[in-house]
Amino acid sequence: MDIRTTGGPPTAEEIAAVDGYLGVPESLWEGGARAAQDDHLAYGGRAARSRRHLLLPVLHALQDHIGWVSRGALEYACRRLAIPPADAYGVASFYARFALEERPPLAVHVCDDIACKCAGADDLCAALEKGFGRAGTADAGGSAAWYRSPCLGLCDRAPAVLVERAGAAGHHADARIAPATYDAVNAVLNGGRPAAEPGPPPQTGHGAVRLLRRVGVVDPDSIDSYRQVGGYRALRRALEIGSEGVIRELTEAKLLGRGGAAFPTGRKWDAVSKVPVRPHYLVCNADESEPGTFKDRVLMEGDPFAVVEAMTIAALATGCDQGYLYVRVEYPLARRRIEHAIAEARTRGVLGDDIEGTGAHFDIEVRRGAGAYICGEETALFNSIEGKRGEPRNKPPFPVQVGLFGKPTLVNNVETLVNVLDILNEGSAAFAKIGTSDSTGTRLFCLSGHVRAPGLYEVPMGTTLRALVELAGGLREGRTLRAVLLGGAAGSFVTEAQLDVPLSFEGTRAIGATLGSGAVIVLDDTAELEQLLLRIARFFRDESCGQCVPCRVGTVRQEEALTRILGERDKSRRESDITLLTDIAQAMRDASICGLGQTAANAIGSAVIQLKMVGTS
Amino acid sequence: MFGAGGGTSSYREVEETDFVILWGSNARETHPIFFHHLLRGVRRGARLVAVDPRRTGSAEWADIWLGIDVGSDISLANAMAREIIHAGLANTEFIARATTGYEDFASCVEAYPLVRAEQETGVPAAAIKEVALAYARADRGMICWTLGITEHHNATDNVLALINLALLTGKVGRYGCGLNPLRGQNNVQGGGDMGAIPARFPGFQDLQDPKIHAKFSSAWGGAKFPTKKGYHLSEMFEAMEHGELKSAYIVGENPARSEADQTRAVRLLSGLDHLVVQDILLTQTAELAHVVLPAAAGWAESEGTVTNSERRVQRVRRALEPPPGARDDIELICELAKRLGHDWGHPTAEAVWDECRSLSPMHAGMSYRRLDELGGIQWPCYDENHPGTEFLHARLWKDPVEGPLAPFHAVEHDPPVDLLTEEFPIRLTTGRRLDSFNTGVQTGGYSSPLRTREALLISPADGARLGIDDGERVRASSRRGSVEVPVRFDASLRPGLAFMTLHFPDQVATNVLTIDATDPKSGTAEFKASAIRIDKLVAAPVT
Repeated sequence: MDIRTTGGPPTAEEIAAVDGYLGVPESLWEGGARAAQDDHLAYGGRAARSRRHLLLPVLHALQDHIGWVSRGALEYACRRLAIPPADAYGVASFYARFALEERPPLAVHVCDDIACKCAGADDLCAALEKGFGRAGTADAGGSAAWYRSPCLGLCDRAPAVLVERAGAAGHHADARIAPATYDAVNAVLNGGRPAAEPGPPPQTGHGAVRLLRRVGVVDPDSIDSYRQVGGYRALRRALEIGSEGVIRELTEAKLLGRGGAAFPTGRKWDAVSKVPVRPHYLVCNADESEPGTFKDRVLMEGDPFAVVEAMTIAALATGCDQGYLYVRVEYPLARRRIEHAIAEARTRGVLGDDIEGTGAHFDIEVRRGAGAYICGEETALFNSIEGKRGEPRNKPPFPVQVGLFGKPTLVNNVETLVNVLDILNEGSAAFAKIGTSDSTGTRLFCLSGHVRAPGLYEVPMGTTLRALVELAGGLREGRTLRAVLLGGAAGSFVTEAQLDVPLSFEGTRAIGATLGSGAVIVLDDTAELEQLLLRIARFFRDESCGQCVPCRVGTVRQEEALTRILGERDKSRRESDITLLTDIAQAMRDASICGLGQTAANAIGSAVIQLKMVGTS
Repeated sequence: MFGAGGGTSSYREVEETDFVILWGSNARETHPIFFHHLLRGVRRGARLVAVDPRRTGSAEWADIWLGIDVGSDISLANAMAREIIHAGLANTEFIARATTGYEDFASCVEAYPLVRAEQETGVPAAAIKEVALAYARADRGMICWTLGITEHHNATDNVLALINLALLTGKVGRYGCGLNPLRGQNNVQGGGDMGAIPARFPGFQDLQDPKIHAKFSSAWGGAKFPTKKGYHLSEMFEAMEHGELKSAYIVGENPARSEADQTRAVRLLSGLDHLVVQDILLTQTAELAHVVLPAAAGWAESEGTVTNSERRVQRVRRALEPPPGARDDIELICELAKRLGHDWGHPTAEAVWDECRSLSPMHAGMSYRRLDELGGIQWPCYDENHPGTEFLHARLWKDPVEGPLAPFHAVEHDPPVDLLTEEFPIRLTTGRRLDSFNTGVQTGGYSSPLRTREALLISPADGARLGIDDGERVRASSRRGSVEVPVRFDASLRPGLAFMTLHFPDQVATNVLTIDATDPKSGTAEFKASAIRIDKLVAAPVT
């Protein structure tokens, strides 16, 4: 609006990128050329502001096509969407993906997070620095730059690299290299195409898998292929038994949410279905950003129709007309496959208007994250879809009452939703028989780090951690176990002595750990645990949204204290620093408004305080 | 209006209304506190219409902007009224019970069909109708205005035209409805309330009412007061012109820069026999004075009260000692009285206030203690048990109505005095910006990242037509004078419309261009409508 940034006018390319998404402006006031009717009349206000939620897609369009978001381009976007530029700048600068300074069109993001560090990511970075200059600076030709990145969700093929190429092809030019070598990165920087995406997960074709039964088996781009193995049977059954029937099945199956919080899914669906306020929204949380986690990616890449079908069932059961699938930007293939599946499903009448001839309506829009771990938190994710900074909201009110756009919202993780299909196909009783009495069904675990066969594994709930590690081939020859990081950066370390913990919600809780996102990062005696802890501390410092004080300050102080504990020769302050870490952890757990702050001290605390694995030499 | 000189509504009502017309007001920049309350209403779902020749920052928040031609407000309001009547949306029951003059009004607006209004305002007929019907249909609706309505030669008629709309639809005297002139300073309302207007004692009590006269006379030791209405500001300058007014005592005002036709204002002030200026800074007016009385600032250096746009009287407190030599206004006035032979002692601000409460019924219940306890009180507040008044004129909804009925006033469109001609083809309108205040006395000394030098804002299309570049210095001339000023292109201005502020009188004396055609009833000048010509500067001939 009237407070302008100082960036000069947008270029023709920038205008084209924005208009390519929003369409051509209808008046001077919306950014177009002056027409006679603009002299005395303008419509705007609420109608214009109601498009606020398109801000992130517009910023993505600029990033895709131009490679960065200039002030002029930002101002143009603001004019199109009636957003004050200062506000939009606050949004654009919140997300790591949007470059607000000009940079080369080719961006190479090198993961240096936990699993990739274990696989030599630091060596790769050192080689890149030698070959192409420091991270974040343009190479000699000025056409490319490389950047360090948090987890890219390719931990089974570490070390991982994501390549973004800005230009006319938009985000379809994005590609991944995993495992990455200097030569492979060099080839891409010199114009080459990365090798094809790698093959299916280790258990493919294995009779025991349920969630993964179609992954690597069906053609992910063919709805017919999906139908041939029983796809869309669950939707048919859902339409037969109706909303109440579906919710009863889920409740009796005792399905608990797989996103980390383990909330009873049936109860959540029931609550949303009963709120009289309309409309209801469905959100599929596919912003899988917990370091070491890649299960939802594998499901979306390998079985996209299952995700779409499960979302449709959820929507019809809870009265949602519109669904959003929010997928992290680091998953270009998953996004493409899901978008394709949505289009196919629409064409075949199992999505959109008149689903299966019943007159029911539901549609799905895919929204990209923009490089912000916090957006995996459900209310931060809502804000992100709404075109705002991804800052969590206070709860209550809970999403079932006041969620996306302030309306009742059902939000579920990808894995949770896919479980619904089996429950409907085979009945809740059959499902509840799997796993333990309190943790029913199977669970996906993302094995990475120092195991022989990293990858995504599906086992019944209650399987021991030892058995799971064995399933992934165990440790390499001659190595001993240092620790397992269970649940990702927000999880906690467990040691050899705890390997027989049953992997169920109650089993892990009993030893003070958590299943979390299903990340299982195995570390043998070669692991540089101190470096990994510092990486975790840096991760939380970077990813804290900064909204509430305990987390904003706590994550910084935590990193400082840890750096002193691990780095300083003088050990005289160690006791007081460990006390400080304990205090910070307590303050963050008690007083942060969201899970990020509440868990930001878990892993470091478990290693330094509970297990005394480091810093005690 | 209807006998009370204040806005009818509370800020809280703005937050809970359904429909707001912001008419001739860029509140986002000029009344930012009020605008915050308004935005809360908008975020809660209220629809906002902005009526303004410019598409201002406020208008950008509006659902509909009606970009009327300068000075065509009455035509717009009358046409809206006609549409409301024809659509059967007039609140006939309210009109019959609580108003007078409807028949004359209805026949007057009948002469304003949409086609005429479109011609006079420039606004498409369909949009006028849309806004009229939406306002009429809203359960709660409010009209707020500022200088875009009142800085015209027919300011009072403009206000009456807006009042008519509220009466027609029954949108006054109810919660969430009302008519609100926004006040530009924290205490403009308080100044009027205290009697700093020509025909009123404190509390809007009539100067010509013998009973009121007697009350003040007995309270003030048998003092005698003129029974004739005093001059308003523009009349004072006329009286100077005629030699009737020969000395002036000016407190906290900078007419040497804020008056229209500045050349004349400075000439008249300079010609006075005796000029006393009391101010916190040495203003351009003070520089002309024979005696300057340095005053303490009203905010932070003084004790007392201020009254805001929602009629809320609030305490202000001294936090700082005034700089050496500067004295409290009360002290200065009492010292002056002493020199004139009246020893009023050294009253505290509270003592002065309590005296006011004893004489002004609408302030009677507002002791300092209650003002503290309640966080301010909205007048009228008749006794110490009275809670204050959230909105005015609820009496109009009583059956029968308590007190006088509310009159309709048939008013006619009367275009700006300064006509557009071939010689002066561009309409200049003036206004204010977020980061500056009036003539800059209080803001010029502070830097702002938003502030740029004074410029003549014009449409890029006019620039192209005149062969003028963005940033080029030009001569802007009206029938009264001319100034040199840099041009700045503003794409939100339509061709033929130009804009300047009066914030930087030392850079560009904007009021050299403005016309002092004045509304006879309110005394405000037509700052909003001058006709100007823009000429390229001719390079001085080389000799």
